[in-house]
Amino acid sequence: MSLLRAENVAKHYQTYSLVGASASRMALDGVSLSIEEGETVGLLGRSGCGKSTLARLLCGLEQPGQGQVFYRGDDLRHLTRAQRRAFRRDVQMVFQDSVSAVDPRFDMRAIIAEPLRHLTDLDARAREARIRELLEMVELPAAIAGMLPSQVSGGQLQRVCIARALAPRPKLIILDEAVSDLDVHLQASAIALLAKLQKSEGIAYLFVTHDLRLTERFAERVVVMDAGRVVEEVPTGSLAAFKHPASLLLKDAVLPPLPEMRAAAQ
Amino acid sequence: MSLTPKHFTLENLTIATGVDNDRLLVEDLSLQLTRGRVLALVGASGSGKSLSCSAALGVLPPGVARIGGRILVDGEVRPAEMLRGRTVATIMQNPRSAFNPVKTMREHVMETLTAIGRSRRDAEGKIEAALREVGLDEPEAVLGLYPFEMSGGMLQRMMIAIALLSEAPFLVADEPTTDLDVVVQMRILALLEGLVREHDLGVLLVTHDMGVVARLADDVAVLDHGRLVETASVDEIFHRPKHHVTRMLVGAHLARYGMELAE
Repeated sequence: MSLLRAENVAKHYQTYSLVGASASRMALDGVSLSIEEGETVGLLGRSGCGKSTLARLLCGLEQPGQGQVFYRGDDLRHLTRAQRRAFRRDVQMVFQDSVSAVDPRFDMRAIIAEPLRHLTDLDARAREARIRELLEMVELPAAIAGMLPSQVSGGQLQRVCIARALAPRPKLIILDEAVSDLDVHLQASAIALLAKLQKSEGIAYLFVTHDLRLTERFAERVVVMDAGRVVEEVPTGSLAAFKHPASLLLKDAVLPPLPEMRAAAQ
Repeated sequence: MSLTPKHFTLENLTIATGVDNDRLLVEDLSLQLTRGRVLALVGASGSGKSLSCSAALGVLPPGVARIGGRILVDGEVRPAEMLRGRTVATIMQNPRSAFNPVKTMREHVMETLTAIGRSRRDAEGKIEAALREVGLDEPEAVLGLYPFEMSGGMLQRMMIAIALLSEAPFLVADEPTTDLDVVVQMRILALLEGLVREHDLGVLLVTHDMGVVARLADDVAVLDHGRLVETASVDEIFHRPKHHVTRMLVGAHLARYGMELAE
């Protein structure tokens, strides 16, 4: 049984104002995707292709207009109280913009403690120990625990968000462009950290990104989306096998590693 | 100053903040832009890249001041305020926030031309050509649009078109493609490359992405904690980086492709 599975989900957005409803815009148009325990899936696509919407449906932040999302075989809409708690604990998300993903008045300790308070049975002392352990895991000094979001760098805050996602010992972390905004050397260390945690904790990842280089280094299979649909799926080892025009466009958009490879990149 | 300057030079620029300007943010920075070449200014977040640009344009934020250094055009000292928009044009990172939401593209163009003292009649005929040159194929329609009616890629092209209309020989591009979709990024970089050649522009390209540097730059200056640590040709930087900060930047960049830095 898949850990998490979306079946033929569709979602459209519409805005309403004083002068009436806008035209509805189809963000997802019948998408299916399943994630097994311990695997890393890359979800690749251009801006506006619907990949973030799919990620939000998968972790239950929004409901699909049509289709269903299943957690261990059960429809998200019909989970029991206990199942819902297990789902909230098992599936965590890390967003691109770490600043807007945290409460500006929470210090780092409170940010990481929040899922521990709601989703685990740890008492205050055990929570403090777990926070220290998590900060160590994401390679941050313990002294950062008392600082506010405005007092740490973007890279540090994103690591705290990763620590928060790891806190309740999830089975799947959905990373929505979670490392895209980091400096390249921080990006490399964040990915190394995620890979290390996958080995030690057996976590599955859904890596949502527009950057083929990230999925190529990190994911086992890559799902490509375009205009609200899944257009192609290939194992990472055979990205050369990309056939769909949307996939090829993304492949051609990869920046060259070296200046002499400019011509090849065009 | 000759009518077509060849060099734009920052000399020993020092930028500071705090009480009595006691905290140095950029120290002793010297850079030279040359017509027809792209100089990339790279460094980690917070290394002072954008501040250096702001100082070059005379638009430092309140509380931050340039406490030393000179700006020269072909060897003559000039005030940054006089060069901005006339000798040096700018394109910025976030096209969405760079435009006034209640003004059309035509009003933006007119505002810029008026600000730099260009006569409208002189520019009027060139507006459509400039829009076409940056790939906005229906200039009349585009000029009537408000920012919210345009995509990020279109807005960035519009910003480049306005920069071209100023006919400034130098261009400061601060993270010009960072917020854009990858496919759009590649097209904008190709556009910039063509314009540099076509108009013999001298470009200061600020970026944190070494892939953008590999794609577009001729020369590279590496900034670390407000100090210039290495300046060299793009080939030297990628193949024989000397300073450990440069090595770290290039090494981390190459690792994304499964490649390693040559020893």
